[in-house]
Amino acid sequence: MTRRPVDTGSPDRLYTVTGGRSHTADTTVFDLVTLVVSECDPTPGMQSEHVRILTLCRHPAAVVEIAAELRMPITVVRILLEDLLAAGRITARRPRAAAAAADLPESALLKEVLHGLRNL
Amino acid sequence: MDSAISEAPAQAPERTPLADAADTGLKIVIVGGFGVGKTTLVRSVSEIRPLNTEEYMTQAGVGVDETTGLAHKTTTTVAFDFGRISLNETKVLYLFGAPGQERFWFLWDRLFSGTLGAVVLVDTRRMSDSWYAIDRLEHHRTPFVVAVNRFDDDAAYHSLDEIRQALALPGHIPLLDCDARVRSDGKRVLITLVDHLYKLALAQETTT
Ligand SMILES: Nc1nc2c(ncn2[C@@H]2O[C@H](COP(=O)(O)OP(=O)(O)OP(=O)(O)O)[C@@H](O)[C@H]2O)c(=O)[nH]1
Ligand SMILES: [Mg+2]
Repeated sequence: MTRRPVDTGSPDRLYTVTGGRSHTADTTVFDLVTLVVSECDPTPGMQSEHVRILTLCRHPAAVVEIAAELRMPITVVRILLEDLLAAGRITARRPRAAAAAADLPESALLKEVLHGLRNL
Repeated sequence: MDSAISEAPAQAPERTPLADAADTGLKIVIVGGFGVGKTTLVRSVSEIRPLNTEEYMTQAGVGVDETTGLAHKTTTTVAFDFGRISLNETKVLYLFGAPGQERFWFLWDRLFSGTLGAVVLVDTRRMSDSWYAIDRLEHHRTPFVVAVNRFDDDAAYHSLDEIRQALALPGHIPLLDCDARVRSDGKRVLITLVDHLYKLALAQETTT
């Protein structure tokens, strides 16, 4: 069977890619800017979208970047990412988790952002 | 062993990867009417060419389905673009250009929750396009600044004071001019927003 190139989210395509699931994935784990990192290389026989994600995320990439690269709606990408996360093939760096863990106040984070912008 | 030639990458990488230490993605939204310069502003400050992506948008249909008695829903997709700024080794700022029209706002709620703040981009020839966005941001308590993108063919020049009045914008909300095509202007708009956010956060932290 030959795969068609991935197109942008026709309902049939969504059904194929996600194995018929259409539930809303947990948006707190996979926010638009959650950074995703691969924990393994693609293996033969893997679903082609999973292969593409694992290849793309050898370096961190945000959920929204993955969606743009795969040319798929965010919702579809979230479902694919959930599968990979459940299988331990990726890790998710959630937005502001590091700041929250360090118990940093919002102002400290914003100061860092300001500093970064001024240095552009 | 393979030759050096076969080890060369088959094609030039089409995307610039983030630093491996990147661990925190942050969001700022640029909202405004059609053609106001959202994508231009994103492009002027982004380290990558703006990318386009889309999300499903489910809307309750008008009327009720006669056979089922249920209000029918229609699903379409809505596109939005974004750019990226690596602030340092660990923090990455994503800038989203979002349509400001009324029918897109629940998309906002879903996609842009947790945003640091917003920039409302205004075209003085179509000032009323911004009213709805400003209203909703105030309602959501999402902090924002207003940037006026000056177009060359704008015959009637309005001063910032006149614009503030027309938008019924409270005095504490920063309002500034910009040319969305100019990188230093885009940078200034973002710094104005984050400086505003910083002051709000400090005030909040000292009262709690
Ligand atoms: N003269 C002038 N032209 C501008 C300025 N900013 C944007 N433009 C032009 O205005 C047009 C629309 O700009 P876009 O950045 O595509 O606007 P947008 O808000 O992303 O538009 P939509 O996504 O279609 O709603 C483009 O042709 C820009 O080159 C400006 O400051 N001055
Ligand atoms: Mg645009």
